[in-house]
Amino acid sequence: MMGWESSLPLLLFLSSFAPGLVIFFLEEEAHTTRTVLNLFGALLKLALLAIMVPGLLEGRVYETRLPLLPEIDLVLRADSLSVLFIVLSASLWLVTTIYAIGYLEYSPNRSRFFGFFSLCVSSTMGIALAGNPLTFLIFYEMLTICTYPLVVHRGTPQAMHGGRVYLAYTLSGGVVLLIGVIGLHVLAGPVEFVDGGALDAVGARSPEALRWLFPFFMVGFGVKAALVPLHGWLPRAMVAPAPVSALLHAVAVVKAGAFGIVRVVYDLYGVNLAHELGLIDPLLIAAAITIIVGSLFALNQDDLKKRLAYSTVSQVSYIILGAATFGLFGAIGGLLHLVHQGVMKITLFFCAGNFAETLGIHKVSEMDGVGRRMPLTMAAFTVAALGMIGVPPTAGFISKWFLGAGSLQAENGWALGVLLTSSLLNAAYFLPILYRGWFKPQQGAWPEEHLYGRMETHWMLLFPPAITGAFVLLLGVLANMPFGLLRWVEFLILLEYRL
Amino acid sequence: MIFEAAFWLPVAIMAPLLAALCAFLAPQRMSPLVTMIGAAITFVAVGFLSALLVRDGPTRHPVGGWGAPLGIDLAADGLSALMLMLTAVVGAAVALYAYGYFNFPGHNEETKQRYASFWPLWLFLWSALNALFLSRDVFNLYVTLELVSFAAVALTALAGKPDVLRAAMRYLLVSLAGSLFYLMGVAFLYGEFGVLDIDQLKKGVTTAPSLAAAAGLMTVGLMMKTALFPLHFWLPPAHANAIAPVSALLSGLVVKGSFYILLRAWLEIFYPLSHTGAPYLLMGLGGVAILWGSLQAIRQTRLKLLIAYSTVAQIGYLFLLMPLLFVKEQSALALTGIVCFILAHASAKAAAFLSAGAIQLVTGDDRIASLRGLMEMQPLAVVAFGAAGVSLAALPPSGGFIAKWFMLDASLAHGDWLIAAIIVAGGLLAAIYVMRVVAPLFRQPDDAVLHRLTLAPKTMTLSAFSLAVLALLLSFAGIAVMEMLSIGAIGMLGIE
Repeated sequence: MMGWESSLPLLLFLSSFAPGLVIFFLEEEAHTTRTVLNLFGALLKLALLAIMVPGLLEGRVYETRLPLLPEIDLVLRADSLSVLFIVLSASLWLVTTIYAIGYLEYSPNRSRFFGFFSLCVSSTMGIALAGNPLTFLIFYEMLTICTYPLVVHRGTPQAMHGGRVYLAYTLSGGVVLLIGVIGLHVLAGPVEFVDGGALDAVGARSPEALRWLFPFFMVGFGVKAALVPLHGWLPRAMVAPAPVSALLHAVAVVKAGAFGIVRVVYDLYGVNLAHELGLIDPLLIAAAITIIVGSLFALNQDDLKKRLAYSTVSQVSYIILGAATFGLFGAIGGLLHLVHQGVMKITLFFCAGNFAETLGIHKVSEMDGVGRRMPLTMAAFTVAALGMIGVPPTAGFISKWFLGAGSLQAENGWALGVLLTSSLLNAAYFLPILYRGWFKPQQGAWPEEHLYGRMETHWMLLFPPAITGAFVLLLGVLANMPFGLLRWVEFLILLEYRL
Repeated sequence: MIFEAAFWLPVAIMAPLLAALCAFLAPQRMSPLVTMIGAAITFVAVGFLSALLVRDGPTRHPVGGWGAPLGIDLAADGLSALMLMLTAVVGAAVALYAYGYFNFPGHNEETKQRYASFWPLWLFLWSALNALFLSRDVFNLYVTLELVSFAAVALTALAGKPDVLRAAMRYLLVSLAGSLFYLMGVAFLYGEFGVLDIDQLKKGVTTAPSLAAAAGLMTVGLMMKTALFPLHFWLPPAHANAIAPVSALLSGLVVKGSFYILLRAWLEIFYPLSHTGAPYLLMGLGGVAILWGSLQAIRQTRLKLLIAYSTVAQIGYLFLLMPLLFVKEQSALALTGIVCFILAHASAKAAAFLSAGAIQLVTGDDRIASLRGLMEMQPLAVVAFGAAGVSLAALPPSGGFIAKWFMLDASLAHGDWLIAAIIVAGGLLAAIYVMRVVAPLFRQPDDAVLHRLTLAPKTMTLSAFSLAVLALLLSFAGIAVMEMLSIGAIGMLGIE
């Protein structure tokens, strides 16, 4: 491999890290410079990906190594699984950045906000690229720290409370993960992530110890992935501004947890070993419980963002359900949902943010007739909500289809039941919103209306959900096209199952 | 000549000492300049010395040609070099900060007069610390220990308020008592073995009762000066009431000086006693210090007291791995962990005190409750505190995390679950007390208050910030520290 290619993963990290650091030192009024830096970082990241993807398809691996500890390097490695996550995060980051610029145009502390925002995305890049557990842990904790200032951005008592709860959960989770990582290091020496699993030899030697360590990883990641009962922070973190919610739910935090579980199951233990040790069945049950309980909680929320938050609790566990279902179909469904859930949920949060910013709507009960006032936003919301329910031809349908097929393949008929129940519950909390928005007449004046000329809202707030909403449809309709997401995921899963 | 370590060993001690003298005699407004020149020369000396150590290995040099046991020998290995560099870097950042602090418009003429003695005192402290790190003789170490303490007490008293004078007096008395214990221990060693040079003691020690007596006395004396629980009582008032740059020096460097002697004494002289309960006793006290100090820190309502109690807690980590230092397989990891911890804690704690001082100058008081909303006013100081807090709570990426990684690795590999549990719990407790400070900083500011504030000068916030960044960058220093320690320090145990 040529020298410069080995620096690509590092550049991928730096493309948001460096602009983030510069942004901290910008004056509040340096609006243009900040915007240029933000967009430059986001676009540079996508350009770097465009360079790397052809190489990855040829089976090449891009890797940056920095010596960190004796025997353990800081490894940033772009393999096919990390690139899946990176493509998702980098694209959604670009859209979210545009949205955030529009959203925060007139609010204070923008430099601070965008600085930490960039650091969050950089941490996510680090998580995606981490080539060994220690590197993963480092960026995972960095993400925790950088997200805190965003959650408490408004500085209100509720925001401070949300931030405190967030840190209490995630730092405790981080400690549990640290125990898992250091325990594995003491047990197995330096280990790196490998397609198909890296612990076969250790598994043969000391299966009992590996069984003991697995829950530490799952709980450590489960906190961010909002596995019930570790999900308590997520609804409370809803006090953060809408772009932050988008970041938490779709781009970075929750995804980092789910990605960690996928990494550990596939590339650390290896799905075959995890299956042999009987580790993935408990995980499957945890995911199933989370899916149902999250949806049940969502039913009773009148606060729109809270309802969406509980919906995330439920939907992210689809990814875990897929990872914990032994068999190709389930695995494909899980990884597809990693991407699909991100695109759908970010759309929903963009729309919720638009309703709040434009009309002052925060509650489901205030949404009567909103479709007439903001048709484009409501349309994007509708597409994404239908996707969440799993209606064809949206993206959500594709992943649920594979997950269902996977459950049957693994002879887990009850898991199919869970999926169907969850879809019914999804419908039960999303369809009333759609009904209110489209079919009920408006009741009185909007709580707090802002006018934006002929558009229904500011264009920077309108485009992002329109684009991601379109993607919810495209990812469903064009799922089977050559070089599409499905092909990529199939390619990946075959590697993970060593087929 | 300049490519001989022998040339630089005395320079590292004499340069700050002479500069201290000049700064004391020079007109008041010249002292910062004199300090700067002295500091620059010391920097060069420390830099050359470390580079030459890497090239040539450990060095030992009889000053003036008189060898031990009559003359004074100076010696350096990887551990001393790391301590010298740490002192130079943290000290320089603190000095830069002090310059801004003393020129803050709020001080009156009388206060400024008093603060002017900071420069000679600080140079004197630096010289004493360097001498401490370069001595190889238990009696010379006693002398340097006394010099360090006198400089430290005088610096503490600089703040001039009644509270601080009381605290400084208590510090002085404890310090004197500690020195006395240490000196009695030295007498036992001399009486039994007839030598004071560490290398000669290392070869000659036997498990005589007087070795145990010496170990007990010297350890207690050094525990007092290092403020290990339960002998820490003097530390919080002294560190919290001193002016911010002095607090940073005391918490960051001074307590590490006496710990350095304790570490060397146990590794090179008292090692025949390693199978007794003593290392475990020190470990136990360290563990209690971590938990008790952290809980006290969480309870404080004043910012600098909180940071001072955090020092009480963090000193516990230095002692937590004592028993593992004597286990052959874990010794290198444990020592690397402890030294990384010293480096990380010194830079992070200094950064914490410096940013607290900047914030305190701005708000005019020391209550945590007055911190509300300062993120908007002094972002750099707040970020410095936050980053220092990351290292104190041992979250990655930071030097604190790397140090704890080494410690966890060593203790788990040896099967010491309890130590690992304390390390982990201590990290969480540290996160709690750090957040007690950071959270209010992010709250919405109270406009009426903010308009009255004068901002701290950039030199202050920047030096706090650079120390905090250093604490984070130390996450990449693990291997370098280990390599540095392999120059004479790892394996300095008497037994092979």
